[in-house]
Amino acid sequence: MNRRWLPWTFVGPALLVLGAFFVLPVLAALLLSFTDFDLYALADIRNMRVVWFDNYLEVLSTPLFWKSLLNTLYFVGVGVPLSIGASLGAALLLNSPLAKFKGLFRTALFAPVVTTVVAVALIWRYLFHTRYGLINFALTHLGFAPIDWLGDPHWSMPAIIVFAVWKNFGYNMVILLAGLQSVPVELYEAARIDGASAWRQFRHITLPSLRPVLLLVAIITVAGYFQLFAEPYVMTRGDPLQSTVSVLYYMFQQGFEWWNLGRATAIAFLLFALTLLVTRVLLRFGRRGEESGA
Amino acid sequence: MTPRTAKFTVNGALLLLALVVVFPLLWMLSVSFMQRGEASAFPPPLLPAHATFANYRELFEHAGMGRYLFNSLFLATTVTLLSLAFNLSAGYAFAKLRFAGRERIFQALLGALLVPAQVGMIPLFLMMKWMHLVNTYGGVIVPCLTTAFGIFLVRQYARSIPDDLIEAARIDGAGEWRIFLRIILPLLKPVIVTLAIFSFLNTWNDFMWPLIVLSDREWLTAPVAIASLSREHVQDYELMMAGSVVTILPVLALFLVLQRHYIQGLLLGSVKG
Repeated sequence: MNRRWLPWTFVGPALLVLGAFFVLPVLAALLLSFTDFDLYALADIRNMRVVWFDNYLEVLSTPLFWKSLLNTLYFVGVGVPLSIGASLGAALLLNSPLAKFKGLFRTALFAPVVTTVVAVALIWRYLFHTRYGLINFALTHLGFAPIDWLGDPHWSMPAIIVFAVWKNFGYNMVILLAGLQSVPVELYEAARIDGASAWRQFRHITLPSLRPVLLLVAIITVAGYFQLFAEPYVMTRGDPLQSTVSVLYYMFQQGFEWWNLGRATAIAFLLFALTLLVTRVLLRFGRRGEESGA
Repeated sequence: MTPRTAKFTVNGALLLLALVVVFPLLWMLSVSFMQRGEASAFPPPLLPAHATFANYRELFEHAGMGRYLFNSLFLATTVTLLSLAFNLSAGYAFAKLRFAGRERIFQALLGALLVPAQVGMIPLFLMMKWMHLVNTYGGVIVPCLTTAFGIFLVRQYARSIPDDLIEAARIDGAGEWRIFLRIILPLLKPVIVTLAIFSFLNTWNDFMWPLIVLSDREWLTAPVAIASLSREHVQDYELMMAGSVVTILPVLALFLVLQRHYIQGLLLGSVKG
């Protein structure tokens, strides 16, 4: 009896905490999204009514939700390829046998990953400042007109994307670098003997070998970028003209500024469903490519 | 391309990239030592004309930054220590102990990794409210006590411990907890360091949950506090940069000292496929 129960003293506490503070809230969220839980229900739970799919229907008929969805898709659609491109470029440079001081460069390029989003977002808010920002200073120096980065609805999301790429590319760079280091050197040697150019080696050896790692990195990054929140919260507060309201920011506003907790939970579920769908499609797409490529 | 120009191109590109990446951090440091209003000029100055600690003094004497940093430090340390205890024992059990439903529960844990935290965030907030944990340290700590990722990381690592070692200790009559504390824990040292940095950095840098669960000034963490300060001091670049410096410095320093472990953990965690 002792032997049978002993393992539970090891896993029990952790599972209890996960059950109580993760599984239970997620299940409760599903129920909550079918109610009109709001400020009045917060004061007295008897004010809560079951409204079934009304929250979902209402959210789906709110223009601001669709706007936040488009903004988020813009951020994911442009931000993810740019981030992975930057990661891959940096990893290739670091992996080059010609590179010196690899450890030092790797540390420098990785540093933004461990910094606090809010704190570095403040730096970038000033770098993007229309009048005093260094980015506009550089632009005018190169002969371009200054851009009202965080004040012009056309440029606010690109500014946030630039910031996100800077903040995050080091993470995938490290994973891709490990992937590059596991490509057998003999493949490159054979290609060189055959006279293959650097580009052809990249195209026919590096990329195919990296495929599974790239797929993994893409899925992690997509899932992470769908959760855009702190960047617009600090840099733009969702403005100008709501051009940087992300789905999660919209959820935060609904839930914790207007206390429509039922509706906010519905938004969280819609975002979750969308993230699952997109990562699923990506996984299937990536795997199919693998088969046909082989 | 001759070998020499190739070498020059690769290293030149790396140097340029590293400068661009590190520049915002250096600039933050520089602006934090500038006099009030000095950064609001065109062209923007790169270095302070007369370096001053005035911004830091203002931060700690009037803006209460000391308190916020203490809150962050206390929370990150507590979460790290407690979550280590939960995750290490559970991760070890999933790797080495036999119990009914082990594989099925572990699969469920892997499934939990796919669910983003904000799905359950609102009910969690209500739970914290009913437990009177809103605006307390407990509200931040309790939901972070254990993570599916932490358990997963420990399990992956603990699987490499030979069964014979544990079996031999059992034959010698050692109890399971004694084996865990005396024999296993020392062997898990690398993953303990890795997990400790991860949970310290994640707790320190976390923004959304502390923003939701803490609203009284005295309990705010450093990131939440500088976000709210930045709304009151929109024009005070120098002050805000000093705030960013003190928020980033502890985690950046910790990373620089222990980066090998951090990057190992990152790789170990990402090959879960």
